[in-house]
Amino acid sequence: MTAENLTTGQYIQHHLENLTFNLHTMSLGRDGFWTLNLDTLFVGLVTALLLGFMMRWVASRMTSGTPGRLQNFIEMIIEFVDRSVRETYHGKSPLIAPLALTIFVWIFTMNLMDLLPVDLLPRILGALGLGHFRSVPTSDPNATFAMSLTVFALIVFYNVTVKGLKLGKEILTQPFGAWLFPINILFRCIEEFVKPLSLSLRLFGNMFAGELIFILIAVMPWWAQWLPGGMWAIFHILIITIQAFIFMMLTIVYLSMAHDTH
Amino acid sequence: MDIASTIGQVQGFTAVAAGLLIGLAALGTAIGFGVLGGKFLEGVARQPELTAMLMMRMFLVAALVDAFAAISIAMGLYFIFASNPFLGAVMNAVKPVAS
Repeated sequence: MTAENLTTGQYIQHHLENLTFNLHTMSLGRDGFWTLNLDTLFVGLVTALLLGFMMRWVASRMTSGTPGRLQNFIEMIIEFVDRSVRETYHGKSPLIAPLALTIFVWIFTMNLMDLLPVDLLPRILGALGLGHFRSVPTSDPNATFAMSLTVFALIVFYNVTVKGLKLGKEILTQPFGAWLFPINILFRCIEEFVKPLSLSLRLFGNMFAGELIFILIAVMPWWAQWLPGGMWAIFHILIITIQAFIFMMLTIVYLSMAHDTH
Repeated sequence: MDIASTIGQVQGFTAVAAGLLIGLAALGTAIGFGVLGGKFLEGVARQPELTAMLMMRMFLVAALVDAFAAISIAMGLYFIFASNPFLGAVMNAVKPVAS
């Protein structure tokens, strides 16, 4: 990379640009809707594969004697997710608990990418010729909306298959009674659409604000960065754990609401 | 000169808007967390053996409370430091005239 004297604004803008891929011309660059954010896809895929293969490897050499540290750690996470699902979900679908585990572990790892130094991955990949790179997939609304729309599709699927025709009765008569059915339908629609919207925007807002504050701290002179950077990083560890946990809990709660009525 | 004052006006309003976004978000979350923490402490004082369960529920509600505040802060910071779309619209309207 040539030595460039970026202004503060340009540095911040540079760190907020994704590595885009234009689907019309099949080359790097942006083109409105038909653009893939390659950095989001790449980091999301790599974290998912890493987690999947690591857990598979630990499971394949599981011992019933004293477990090793990694196996112990993974068992703790799985017991935690299992307990959360058991407390809230009283149905019989075998999909909910693995889905909750995937959501929790994957979102936590993608959020964890935010604790890497701001310039680390962009500089390394800049030396390989890629202009922009954002290392946190969950600070890209595309990733969070993909996850929440998938959960929304599952909610609709379970509503329709588990409740059948009682779903119609539920939409028309809750919460006001049968004669006010237009209002009931309106409230139900609002409630159903707010679920995926709030789920994704909550995660996106937290991660984007966190990343932006890290960039702003990086803009300060080097001797002034330690205190705010340290404090914000420690606070951010709490935030990423809580946000992953919230996404998982809300997924479990919404899916269990889709199985039985209020 | 006219253009400079228009740009100045847009920038000024954007600054006020970003300040309101961040300030009101902070106000809402501060009050929300304060009430939440107070109720948690009351609950623990009544039944100390439920501390762990109540603490988990408290963090759950805390994350729900600061959801939209985080979005507001993200929007406010974005307007201040990254591209300002209102300024962009003014610049786009100005370009054909200037050239």
